[in-house]
Amino acid sequence: MAPLQDLYRRERRGGTLFLAASALGLLFLILLSATAGTIAIPFGEVLGYLLRLDASGSGRIVWNVRLPRIIAALLVGGGLSLSGTVMQSVLRNPLASPYTLGLSSAAAFGASFAIVFFGAGTGTTSTIIINDSLAVTLSAFLFCALSTLAILLLTVLTRISPETMVLAGIAIGSLFSAGLTLMQYLADSVQLASIVSWTFGDLGRANWPFLGITALVLIPLFLLFLFFRWDFNVLDTGEETARGLGVRTGALRIAGMAGASLLSAVIVSFFGTIAFIGLLGPHIARRILGGDHRRLLIGSPLAGAIILLGADTAARTVLTPMVLPVGILTSLCGGPLFIYLLVAGKRK
Amino acid sequence: MILDVRGLAFAYRSHPVIDRVSFSVAEGEILTILGPNGAGKTTLLKCLNRILTPGEGAVLIDGEDAHGLGRNSIARTIGWVPQQGEKTRMTVYDLILMGRKPYFRWAPGREDHRKVEEALSLMDLEDLALRYADELSGGEFQMVQIVRALAQSPRVILFDEPTSSLDIAHQHHLMERIRSLIHGRSLSAVMTMHDINLALRYSDKFLLLKGGAIHAAGGREVITPETIGSVYRMDVHVTEACGYPLVIPR
Repeated sequence: MAPLQDLYRRERRGGTLFLAASALGLLFLILLSATAGTIAIPFGEVLGYLLRLDASGSGRIVWNVRLPRIIAALLVGGGLSLSGTVMQSVLRNPLASPYTLGLSSAAAFGASFAIVFFGAGTGTTSTIIINDSLAVTLSAFLFCALSTLAILLLTVLTRISPETMVLAGIAIGSLFSAGLTLMQYLADSVQLASIVSWTFGDLGRANWPFLGITALVLIPLFLLFLFFRWDFNVLDTGEETARGLGVRTGALRIAGMAGASLLSAVIVSFFGTIAFIGLLGPHIARRILGGDHRRLLIGSPLAGAIILLGADTAARTVLTPMVLPVGILTSLCGGPLFIYLLVAGKRK
Repeated sequence: MILDVRGLAFAYRSHPVIDRVSFSVAEGEILTILGPNGAGKTTLLKCLNRILTPGEGAVLIDGEDAHGLGRNSIARTIGWVPQQGEKTRMTVYDLILMGRKPYFRWAPGREDHRKVEEALSLMDLEDLALRYADELSGGEFQMVQIVRALAQSPRVILFDEPTSSLDIAHQHHLMERIRSLIHGRSLSAVMTMHDINLALRYSDKFLLLKGGAIHAAGGREVITPETIGSVYRMDVHVTEACGYPLVIPR
């Protein structure tokens, strides 16, 4: 092999090793998360229950309570981060994410609409408001999809510039935020509590059908995005260069936005608003791995999964026996962390 | 002729920008499009490789209609060097590998890596290969963009204002490299440029655009006080210094 190619491959090996180390770190975090909670289960026992597929005794907690939540953290964190990476690339805007493009607002409006007008999800037990009904999820997804369609339609009508896509997203997001406020005004106290509770992103809503559907959307989209990794790389070098290198930039933008939005819509509809993961994951991955989508499209979901699983584990254990919705924690810590990344990046 | 452009026209909405332009460029020739701001120089250049889709006309490469081909096929025939590409956080090697994008679908193969090495060594840029693009100077980055265009294995390379952000030494260094590349590899080049004297020194043919239409076309003989005066609306004196024609405003 030519020496230059050899050097190039050696340079790339560093990134690959980092990804492998991150994956190992995530595996360790999964095991750690399975041990932590109101009832602590020793590390060795957790490993035993998992390896033996044993759901008896404390194994029931591991398999039926903690594992769905852990898988939810992996899918939601990974999915939102993947979606943010693609949105940032096709919109060529580092601030693009499912949250900043208003998809979360649209979903929150959809959920509140179902709660107020269809009476969905307002049944109460003595202390907990049950708001995980199918109608709420479907309505959230419908409005999320509607918002995405509106953004795409506007951008097609305005000749698909990335700037218009971002601006259209912000405008439509603020429209749905206003709608959410109206729903809150119209809601009675139980409905209002239900709406507020829904908007806290919470992995506690995880159940196997939710996880199955999320995985069914996430995995094919992940593979599809990975297939177009070189197109995303070329798009990063500028619109004209990309077109000059044979990339159909308009089609790539529309398809990328549609795929990333669908993924976010499914996640947000099931699990509520989980802020900053779609921004933090891509930014951390970009900082460490650079702008190459061959690594970024793997590193960014890994980073998102690690952050959300870490945050959810903290949310379950910090105020034990109280379990905080992870959305509160990501909003609380995500903002300062993002500012730190911006400042550190500027200094660098 | 490698490149034969026939009756190319382009309009933004209903406003015509390029008005039925025809010209040709032979093997080893550099043609420079000159004209004032807004004359349509860059638009014409972008119409050649369908970055912009012309409304009328044909672009023939070696006698074959390039625009009848798919986007990837055009990119395999016509290389593109933008005025200001964006410096992403990727290595120079990766950036040049992108020039092979029209040739591979899933991942670059052995031939693609060989072409990248060949292009890098042709411009003596092997030392930059593993540096990150966002750490390069303007001149280095411009060279990298040229190497990427070379990696496309094109017949024609389009340069949009290749020297616009460079100092005088880098301008001449870059133009020397471009000229030896085009002449030595039997390619053709079309470029846009504001600096008439730089163009006069390194180009073989000229196209003077005025209001989107050709005002004058040909060799150095078309650069006269009359043509320059008419296109740029200024009074100039054309003389010769050190064996090169020189346009001096009066």
